[in-house]
Amino acid sequence: MKSVVKQEIQGLNGDEAVALAAKQCDVDVVASYPITPQTIIVEKFAEYVANGEVETEYVCTESEHSAMAACLAASATGARVFTASASAGLALMHEMLFVTSGCRAPVVMAIANRALSAPLNIHGDHSDAMAERDSGWIQVYCENAQEVYDSVIQAFRIAEHLDVQLPVMVCLDGFTVSHTLENTQVLPDDTVKRFVGTRQFPVVLTHEGKTVPFKLDPENPMTMGPMALPNYYFEFKRQQEEAMRNALEVIPQVHDEYAEMSGRRYGEGLLEQYALEDAEVAIVCLGSTAGTVKTVVDDLRAEGVKAGLLRIRTYRPFPAEAIVKALDNVKAAAVMERSMSFGGRGGAVFHEVRNALYDTAARPFTVNYIHGLGGRDTNPSQIRMIYNDLQKIMHSKRVDDPVRFVGLRE
Amino acid sequence: MTTKEKSWKEASPAGVCWKSSATYLTGDWKTFRPERDVTKCTKCLICTIFCPDGAIHWKVEKDDIEFDMSFCKGCGICANECPTKAIVMKM
Amino acid sequence: MSEISEGKFTAKNVAEKPELFLSGHRACAGCAPATVLRLIMKATRGPTIVTEATGCMEVASTIYPYTSWATPWLHTAFETAGANASGIEAALKILKKKGRIKNEQVDVVAFAGDGGTYDIGIQALSGAVERGHDFLFVLYDNEAYMNTGIQRSGGTPYGASTTTSQAGKAVPGKLEQKKPIADIMVAHDMPYVATASPNYWKDLITKARKGIEVNGPAFLHVFAPCPRGWRSDPSKSIELSRLAVETCVFPLWEAVNGEYQLSIPSKVIALAPKKKKPVREYLQVQGRFRHLFTPQNEKMIEEIQRLTDEKWQRLLKKCGLTQPKAAAGSGNSSGER
Repeated sequence: MKSVVKQEIQGLNGDEAVALAAKQCDVDVVASYPITPQTIIVEKFAEYVANGEVETEYVCTESEHSAMAACLAASATGARVFTASASAGLALMHEMLFVTSGCRAPVVMAIANRALSAPLNIHGDHSDAMAERDSGWIQVYCENAQEVYDSVIQAFRIAEHLDVQLPVMVCLDGFTVSHTLENTQVLPDDTVKRFVGTRQFPVVLTHEGKTVPFKLDPENPMTMGPMALPNYYFEFKRQQEEAMRNALEVIPQVHDEYAEMSGRRYGEGLLEQYALEDAEVAIVCLGSTAGTVKTVVDDLRAEGVKAGLLRIRTYRPFPAEAIVKALDNVKAAAVMERSMSFGGRGGAVFHEVRNALYDTAARPFTVNYIHGLGGRDTNPSQIRMIYNDLQKIMHSKRVDDPVRFVGLRE
Repeated sequence: MTTKEKSWKEASPAGVCWKSSATYLTGDWKTFRPERDVTKCTKCLICTIFCPDGAIHWKVEKDDIEFDMSFCKGCGICANECPTKAIVMKM
Repeated sequence: MSEISEGKFTAKNVAEKPELFLSGHRACAGCAPATVLRLIMKATRGPTIVTEATGCMEVASTIYPYTSWATPWLHTAFETAGANASGIEAALKILKKKGRIKNEQVDVVAFAGDGGTYDIGIQALSGAVERGHDFLFVLYDNEAYMNTGIQRSGGTPYGASTTTSQAGKAVPGKLEQKKPIADIMVAHDMPYVATASPNYWKDLITKARKGIEVNGPAFLHVFAPCPRGWRSDPSKSIELSRLAVETCVFPLWEAVNGEYQLSIPSKVIALAPKKKKPVREYLQVQGRFRHLFTPQNEKMIEEIQRLTDEKWQRLLKKCGLTQPKAAAGSGNSSGER
């Protein structure tokens, strides 16, 4: 049993934690475009570059769409690639996200979650990353700067794993996490470097009849990104799905290895369970809101209420089995959601959680609380109100309307 | 298609092409085919330069050009550009 | 073989170089862009990575599982040829520095058509050039979005009929002028910009090689007739690329660090203006201009001649070769050659 590595505490906000982690991971190319609230990431990295603290080609592309294209191309050439974006920038990259996952490029990207226009809003919510849940990217949502730091480092190992080979999005709430200073435990440079190692490549069959490492290499020419007609396309998409399923195993493996080294874990890497073992009422949520929920859970527990929290850390691949197991005893669950699917009778997370619970024998009553859009704060008393609602539902065994709003002026 | 196509488990990921187009014979596209009068041909090699399909080869060992009918699409550029009008397009 | 960038090579030298753009691609019979790609690949000097924007040449050459590319090749999307080239070049640079790949020169060549250069691709191209990445960007200009069905582009010339700028009873084709893309690239203060035409294959290969050899971004605008989209005879694609130069519709020039220099095929005309052919000769063999040869639209041919002459004069001025206007052979039907 290895002992936990000695770590230094630094005062970092979420963005700085991202930049530091990327710096330590021996990234080869960063191609990015600034957008609030991710700007500190790209600026910090630029500072490292300017001071010769990293051996990285830093490309300031003229838009996010080009940033992702350049990242993909650099990755295809064999480089370890990192970038960051948010909101409109992520939306602008939309097309390229699918191309990147389709090309199986292990790009790691930090997303400082921010609301989508219109109206223009620079503050935190999950609508940007939620809109990309179908893009074939692994998505991890972090609660605080510490977790962000840990997750970015793990992301490279997950993305580059030979059974995965998918790009990874590490999400941190805009301003709440990205700009809030925290005590963050930082691993030594060489420890991180050893942990991430150098990039390994799967092998592919090329038109020369050779089976060679998957990258653009004049010694072993190959064609990447061809046109696949209807008689071929479908199989590649199934491959991506398989990679996602493999990720459900790889993510906990990498997480465990990291936990041994750092002394920190977040559940098993997929979900974080807080006072959930015997909970009757539970909130399910992503990101920093969980932090506030935890304080409310503590208060309620002290009052004898069997309240619990399930924080979904890995949202893609969706850990359905683990979620079902975690909510085993729960009678009423509220999915707190920081994004909307207009006209969709609730948000994406609500749909997927309910979907996972549908096949179970004893389904909890599940409701959706849309909150925090455009960076609106959700306070402990509002969360307490949710738990009150859940208790009412649990006792009355009735749900009047499954989709509600918290903090909205109605 | 007589060959069995690869299943998703067998296919190389990310759609890397595994056959050279040199095995995809486009010669049956043509309606007209070039015919060369060797007495007029000066081996200037202009036809080998202009052919969009690279279907005319300069054979060093033969010290002559050779038309590759398995790729020639019969566009007629070679005939049109030949400085001595040594090439004629025939049905 | 830097003799290539000096034009010191023969047809035999070219014929003996191995093909890097292989036969068996699905381009139309008589496709000049295919010829252009073949010739440009002959201009490469060693290990080369090619990236391409979505378009005719991309689709025709990489229909899975077949590929016509003997070099490493990447396609990502329509807008991204310039961004791809940036990413590849950056990766090569750093991987060499870190000793992860061989320390040898690997050239990056990007190919794109109208869409990928003039319009949807212009941002990425402009950004890549501004950042100074070392690569050659080749525009194979067939003057419309051919792959998706002959729709108008920023490169479609005035008066041409395309599927989205149709010549009909009320509107006679495209009324906007061709975007001066090569001049736009010169305005980026980039090391090398040139125009080329496949008929002048030696000039084309020389320029491509120059672009590859230059340290930094280079842009090559190549005229590439499309018999399908232009409704022209497939056997005349190269001839059309000659006519375009002879009528000064598409003059050949280079701008080395912003200094314009006329290339020989166009210089010949500048020095002997009687050699300049009337645009009518060029227009009348293309179905996309057929509607101009009606009483209703005849004036447009004069307008095209006027625009061509005006642009030609402006180019001559940039090259330091002005001429008295009278001598600049316009729609003179005296039949003088």
